[in-house]
Amino acid sequence: MNNCAERLYNGLIKENPTFVMMLGMCPTLAVTTSAINGIGMGLSTTVVLVLSNMLISMLRKIIPDSVRMPAFIVVVASFVTIVQFLLEGFVPSLYASLGIYIPLIVVNCIILGRAESYASKNPVLPSIFDGIGMGLGFTFGLTCIGIVRELIGSGKVFNLQVMPRSYEPVTIFILAPGAFLVLAFLVAGRNKIMANLEKKGKQAAKPQGCAQGGCASCSGCDGKVFPTGEKE
Amino acid sequence: MKELLIIAIGSALVNNVVLSQFLGICPFLGVSKKTDTAAGMGGAVIFVITIASFITGLIYNYILVPTHFEFLQTIVFILVIAALVQFVEMFLKKTMPPLYKALGVYLPLITTNCAVLGVALTNVQKDYSILQGVVNGFATAVGFTIAIVIMAGIREKIEYNDIPESFKGTPIVLLTAALMSIAFFGFSGII
Repeated sequence: MNNCAERLYNGLIKENPTFVMMLGMCPTLAVTTSAINGIGMGLSTTVVLVLSNMLISMLRKIIPDSVRMPAFIVVVASFVTIVQFLLEGFVPSLYASLGIYIPLIVVNCIILGRAESYASKNPVLPSIFDGIGMGLGFTFGLTCIGIVRELIGSGKVFNLQVMPRSYEPVTIFILAPGAFLVLAFLVAGRNKIMANLEKKGKQAAKPQGCAQGGCASCSGCDGKVFPTGEKE
Repeated sequence: MKELLIIAIGSALVNNVVLSQFLGICPFLGVSKKTDTAAGMGGAVIFVITIASFITGLIYNYILVPTHFEFLQTIVFILVIAALVQFVEMFLKKTMPPLYKALGVYLPLITTNCAVLGVALTNVQKDYSILQGVVNGFATAVGFTIAIVIMAGIREKIEYNDIPESFKGTPIVLLTAALMSIAFFGFSGII
């Protein structure tokens, strides 16, 4: 049980996918126009992540090593399709506002990354908790960014007016440039904190994925999905 | 013809894939340090997305729709794209070594580029015919190339600027992207 709690802590804080690892930048930028969208996207990703971690962990001894990437992709894509139809059926408003980014959960680095680096090597229960931790960490990150953008961009949080009526919303924050702007300051703040930590001699998890030299550094996304038998 | 032109300008400039759709952020941040590598990446993306939108269009219209398996689109598309990228890589290596030399390094990076899957899904969502889909794919990829090449040009200049320590690297690139994104709003009146 201790192991499971450690997994939750790891996903939420120590290796938080948004603030520490900088994974899954596309949805982070695209859907955080409001806090609700952030939560919706985060929870959808969490569901896919938990289910795919669970199934991949169950099948880890059955899937041959050479075809593991296509197998992972099929598993993830199937769960994404299920989640997509559930959202379409039960929360059509969220489905409409997230749009194409729901099927694109398939190519989210976090999911394949966790499948490759954790679920395919560990038993079922810790893998499930790893998925929950990472997913909630991602949801937390998206919601925070969503709250900031919605607050500055429309003066509301979760669709409730919080700024005084006299506040003139800075609309650009809920448009495309605002996403880049908020993320830029976020990464800068993170760099600052990490530099301070390093001065104190503490080691922090290094960012992976997009922010550091392209997707190739993202574990599990080395591009060779199907085994060709060629050694690079 | 006019309709195709509207699709092309719409996806290349007005709804630029990187700056307003946020697809393909990874290579946009990662491979935009030099203009020539950025152009190489752009070329590879144009090549793959154009072929991918043709193939996924064929599969969707002639296999998935007649058999009523449309709901499998995400699974089928991602597998087709992953296989296609590797196939293209092997094909280029055997038959066109010069082109492979220019684009080869970037090809494996494209599988995880969400722009490819994004275009395939948009084509289905907007009910494009195969020709419209290919034009849309090509234009989207051209838009990506425009964005990444401009970004690389700016980054080469930024190298010599005095930037606050915490803003070095990714943050300054994101700030630049924000400004470029504002500039691309200027196109929104075209159509």
